[in-house]
Amino acid sequence: MADTLSPENPEAPEAPRTSNPLRAAGRALRTYVLLAWTWCRAVAQYPMALSLFTFGLALSSLAEMGAVVVVFGHAGTLAGFTVYEGLLVYALAALAFGTADFLMGSVDRLGDHIRTGSFDTMLVRPVPPLVQLATHQFSPRRLGKLVPALAALVFALVACDIDWTLGRVLMLPVLLVSGAAVCSSVWVLAGCLQFFVADAREAANSVTYGGQALTEYPIAIYGRGLVRSVTFVVPLAFVSWQPALYLLDRPDPTGLPEALRFLGPLVAVVLALAAALVWRFGLRHYRSTGS
Amino acid sequence: MVETGCFCTFSTCQGATPVRVYCAVYARGLRRYSTYRAATAAGVFTNSVFGAINAMVLLALFAARPEINGYDATDAVTQVYVAQALLAPIAVMGPALDLSDRIRTGAVGNDLLRPVPLMGWWLAQDMGRATFDFAFRSVPTFAIGALLFSLVLPGDPLRWVLTLVSFALAVVVGFAFRYLYSVVGFWLMDTRAVWAVMGPAGPVLAGMLLPLTLFPAGVADVLRLLPWASMVQIPAEILLGKDTLPGGSVFGGLLLQAAWPAALLALGAWATGRATRKVVIQGG
Repeated sequence: MADTLSPENPEAPEAPRTSNPLRAAGRALRTYVLLAWTWCRAVAQYPMALSLFTFGLALSSLAEMGAVVVVFGHAGTLAGFTVYEGLLVYALAALAFGTADFLMGSVDRLGDHIRTGSFDTMLVRPVPPLVQLATHQFSPRRLGKLVPALAALVFALVACDIDWTLGRVLMLPVLLVSGAAVCSSVWVLAGCLQFFVADAREAANSVTYGGQALTEYPIAIYGRGLVRSVTFVVPLAFVSWQPALYLLDRPDPTGLPEALRFLGPLVAVVLALAAALVWRFGLRHYRSTGS
Repeated sequence: MVETGCFCTFSTCQGATPVRVYCAVYARGLRRYSTYRAATAAGVFTNSVFGAINAMVLLALFAARPEINGYDATDAVTQVYVAQALLAPIAVMGPALDLSDRIRTGAVGNDLLRPVPLMGWWLAQDMGRATFDFAFRSVPTFAIGALLFSLVLPGDPLRWVLTLVSFALAVVVGFAFRYLYSVVGFWLMDTRAVWAVMGPAGPVLAGMLLPLTLFPAGVADVLRLLPWASMVQIPAEILLGKDTLPGGSVFGGLLLQAAWPAALLALGAWATGRATRKVVIQGG
């Protein structure tokens, strides 16, 4: 691997570097869109397969949604949440994780790329490897998860008794974006694990898909200990729980301060930075398998 | 990976009885999967985490309503861990049999030259895999569940024997589904789309997403009779000793569990026969 990099410029994969990080980010974004669009055009060659895959994902989303409705239907209320409010929590979680899966889902294939050596190929191309990894086999089929989640969110927002102040109207998109950013960061962090343990994909799934399963319900039902750890350690509470408390104007039943619900965007920025640092750390410690 | 195992088996077994071929293929299947140790440990971890999440949701539900259609909290949590324990051996959420790829690439031509029928060969191989998964994924996952939560653990050894028989039949049902999905590849070439559409139905109809007991009684009774229920719901009810089993007893449940693989494997054998007579295999 090392001999493919020129010695005077060991950072070749990330070159050309500019002094302006905004311009670099803009270029990375453009490349992301271009590569994603290329993959979209590739899968569009098989429209039947694409529609079947999308349909399958939509079916499993509907099944999860159905499970939430059945559970709330039996219980009446859980942690003080009615079925519509529970659906709101589900929809916030599903939308955030669906967006993360849509944009960053391919990152959990890192172990495969390392094993087969295709990650080396990514490193010698003049495009940030994370962009290549995230867009690898990008597929619009993942909209099959996003669209039902979005529909559920719209339905829940209408069905729940929400006091629509100007603040809430403005905060809603901010909360959705920061929730998706938290999930995307978790996805990248879990993917980075495979730099160190190549077979860790399934264990990483317990954080990514497990995180989704966990946040689909009002997390107060899991007890205080778990609520604190998903607030302060792996901040999944900011994906669906804190936003739902804010939208419904509820006091936190686990007794945590109410100011937490406004910290979502800050948490998202910090976690994204952490993910970026861990990714760079993993990349620097990467040794090719030599295959 | 499997080829090396298969071919040496094949060469040493020429002229051997089919039973010996099956035994050799079974042993190779078992050994093949025993090499992925880190992945096995990661799998146990993931199954336990998902089990814990599902269990906590159901515990919250049963805290609000202590009994639903004959299930209490302990029953429901036990079923959650039966489902997570059986997830790997029954492979209801995949992976597909390697046969799918071999049909797509045409390598299935080699499989058809073997001294035993195609379906028997893959059944033996998959039972080897399932045996390994049962010992090193199901047992640890269930044990972790029993440590974390209070599960129903019957004291009667006969119940455990019947439960093991039921688990074994569940694995054969799981194989039968995956074999059918693969054989469709003789006509459709790429069977991933079959998985995409049929896959999501599996965990729901099996009683893995939620115990079927939580559905309205009439719906649950119909779902219990479908082949998917034989993979999780029926084995769980046999372990729990529920009278909601088809026929009202353990033996009714086991009979249903034996009837489905018989029917599905017969369908598989019929489809294989048609495919090998009518379909031109992909050239290499």
